[in-house]
Amino acid sequence: MINLYPLMQFKLPITPEGISPDLFQGKKREEIAELKIWEGNRQKTLKELFKVEEAKAGEMSIAIHGDVSKVRRIGAFMTVGEIVINGNAGMHLGEEMKGGKIIVNGNVGGWAGSMMRGGEIEIHGNVSDYLGAPYRGSNEGIYGGRIVVHGNVGNEAGARMKKGILKIYGSAGQFAGFRMHDGTIYVQKDCQARAGACMVNGKIVVGGLLESILPTFTIDSVKAKVKVEEGETVEGPLYVFLGDLAESGNGKLYVSKEKNPHLSDHEKLL
Amino acid sequence: MELLVKNGFVYDPINGVDGEKMDIAVKDRKIVEKLNERKARKIDASGMIVMPGGVDIHTHIAGSEVNTGRLLRPEDHFKDVEPKTPKTRSGVGHSIPSTFTTGYRYARMGYTTIMNPSMPPLEAKHTHEELNDTPMLDKATYPLLGDWWFVLEYLGQGQIEELARHVAWMLTTTKGYAIKIVNPGGLEAWGFGQNVHSLDDQVPCFCVTPREIIRGLCKVNKLLNLPHTIHVHTNNLGQPGNYTTALETMRCVEDLASEDKPAIHITHCQFSCFKGDDWRTLESGAKEIASYVNRHSHVTMDMGQVIFADTTTMTADGPFQFGLSELTGNKWVNHDVETETSAGIVPFKYRRKSYVHAIQWSIGLELALLIEDPWKIFMTTDHPNGGPFTYYPRIIAWLMSRKAREATMKRINPRARSRSLLPSITREMGFYELAIMTRAGQARALGLEGKGHLGVGADADIAIYNVNPETTDPARKYKTVRKAFKHAAYTIKNGEIVVKNDEIIKHVEGATVWLDVQTSERAETTEEMKRKFREYWTVEYENYPVTEEYLEISHPKTLKADV
Repeated sequence: MINLYPLMQFKLPITPEGISPDLFQGKKREEIAELKIWEGNRQKTLKELFKVEEAKAGEMSIAIHGDVSKVRRIGAFMTVGEIVINGNAGMHLGEEMKGGKIIVNGNVGGWAGSMMRGGEIEIHGNVSDYLGAPYRGSNEGIYGGRIVVHGNVGNEAGARMKKGILKIYGSAGQFAGFRMHDGTIYVQKDCQARAGACMVNGKIVVGGLLESILPTFTIDSVKAKVKVEEGETVEGPLYVFLGDLAESGNGKLYVSKEKNPHLSDHEKLL
Repeated sequence: MELLVKNGFVYDPINGVDGEKMDIAVKDRKIVEKLNERKARKIDASGMIVMPGGVDIHTHIAGSEVNTGRLLRPEDHFKDVEPKTPKTRSGVGHSIPSTFTTGYRYARMGYTTIMNPSMPPLEAKHTHEELNDTPMLDKATYPLLGDWWFVLEYLGQGQIEELARHVAWMLTTTKGYAIKIVNPGGLEAWGFGQNVHSLDDQVPCFCVTPREIIRGLCKVNKLLNLPHTIHVHTNNLGQPGNYTTALETMRCVEDLASEDKPAIHITHCQFSCFKGDDWRTLESGAKEIASYVNRHSHVTMDMGQVIFADTTTMTADGPFQFGLSELTGNKWVNHDVETETSAGIVPFKYRRKSYVHAIQWSIGLELALLIEDPWKIFMTTDHPNGGPFTYYPRIIAWLMSRKAREATMKRINPRARSRSLLPSITREMGFYELAIMTRAGQARALGLEGKGHLGVGADADIAIYNVNPETTDPARKYKTVRKAFKHAAYTIKNGEIVVKNDEIIKHVEGATVWLDVQTSERAETTEEMKRKFREYWTVEYENYPVTEEYLEISHPKTLKADV
């Protein structure tokens, strides 16, 4: 197990060559300390910015203690092991990760879990925009894996998602599940407008208030409950909307009936 | 600066040197007979291959189209980043790299001269600005003239000499190098939502057919004594069954060829070589095309090889690109360039397991291997349409080694594999043939006298690759060859060492070559022409020309025309 302690409050964006158990595996403390890292446009070594400490030998895990909100791409491409961040983390956390687990006890920047293939990310704080969304211009949404957020998330969470599950125990911003193809997004609390815009398939469950439904969604039925994942069910009643019809989509948008009285007009159309 | 490249195995097909061990002397940016050995800086090239610097006849690296492609694809950049170094500038991009990165990557593969095809004349300034910013390479660009209104009008009236004067004016005005024709007539028709489907379809609103456009411009090319032939992207490109159109296009200028000089260059021929009625019955038409080319001497062509990779397709062929966007459902750009041409861009991924893509991959190689004379077919990927130019070493391996082809073949779509002609082709190219396909042939087809060879007086553009032809059999050790051609040991540009062991050690600017065609009387810039500019163009006539000051390093090539 490797402990990393930031040596200062970073001001410039920090882009490491990699902070992941895969990269650290089989390396001595000294070798890890020599890994390349960019501070702004200057190349440095890890030891210039972090105190590197080896705690328990042989264990495939990394713990970061302190604020690393300027550090990007932590856990990118990781396949095994565990990263625990006791503090805020920066953008592109767990980008294209394939396995293993990342736990953040703090807030996280944009594009967390972008292009993720597998594994798990658990965040005990708030997350900025583009959670699990692809990089701009790309259509590589999440291909698999599981992201759990205990706080709120920004806009476009789960955009272009293809598989996997996104559980948000707080509220979500606009365009949750934008252009999603498959998979599940669960928002326990409120969700701003335009949820599921251009979705083709998949499932979005909103347990709280959903500001408005896009006109390209049509009501299908009212259900008593819906399963989010194995062992987790949301009790209803819930409205079921189908869409996005602008994309000939067949996605399902579940919205709590109790919390959304303004949607009751739709019931007449059933 | 004096430089002596010692003891390399030299491949210089234009001068008939086939792997001889010899020294190459360089003085004042040129290759010389001999020099004072004591004073000169020496490069020990023993056990290495020495070739003229690579020449690429067709690669989209600059211009508004390429730049729009860059804007369209941020995801193409973010996975391929080159940080700045003390010697080089930073850059991004995999299939459409930024200008500096383009220059560096070409140089690192031993290329020193490239041709940027398809420049809409209206975007000439933009293109030259980007070419100015493309370092390490000499370059030139071809203006698109096949659907230019004035060309169509003159052709409609049968005024070939007047047209020749006009084309001469256009080449000088846009600082172009050759006449590029893309889907003749089709791009004008695309302005009306139509296309042309054969050489004899009428172009809407103009009394001409694609056949007349090709023949007319071919005659003009001859009248002006241009160094390159007409550079043609055929009609019906990328449609099943289009090999007949390609054959017809080559046939239609048969009678216009003078004895030993080619009259037409069919570019990225792979895309014009499809047999079959639809995508499911698609087959290779390489056999038919190759047998025609083997029997005729008026054609040169380039491969347009497909690489299994993520890339961005971009051509001036608007209707084709529209079809492609419909086919793939990808994001797309389509553009009508006023009175001149059109353009389209669609990101595209060639997949091994796709029947059509695998057939396309096979067609490119079949063409290169079935055409016996390497002076007639050149290696390109039509960058970035078939794949990024950085994959050239892979094509080299496929051309030189049957084993390399078989290794890829094992992984492609099985139905495509069973229909491919490649298993029946035993030909494996040697370094001499490769030097023709990648530099000598291209330079000769382009009429670049100082390029593509290492004779006395040639420009000192030299590529040195770390592979020993005596001990390495490229057919068996194709991976070694691939690696050597990917990472040049040395690249020498204008007598200066710019790359050493795959690393840029000096940033140099390349020249822009253009044609200063001198006609006996200048093309008349009549009031009528100015009126048309005012009415139909967004740019005033006075602002249209690219002046010589616009080019950072200008290399005009003065020609005397027959009109």
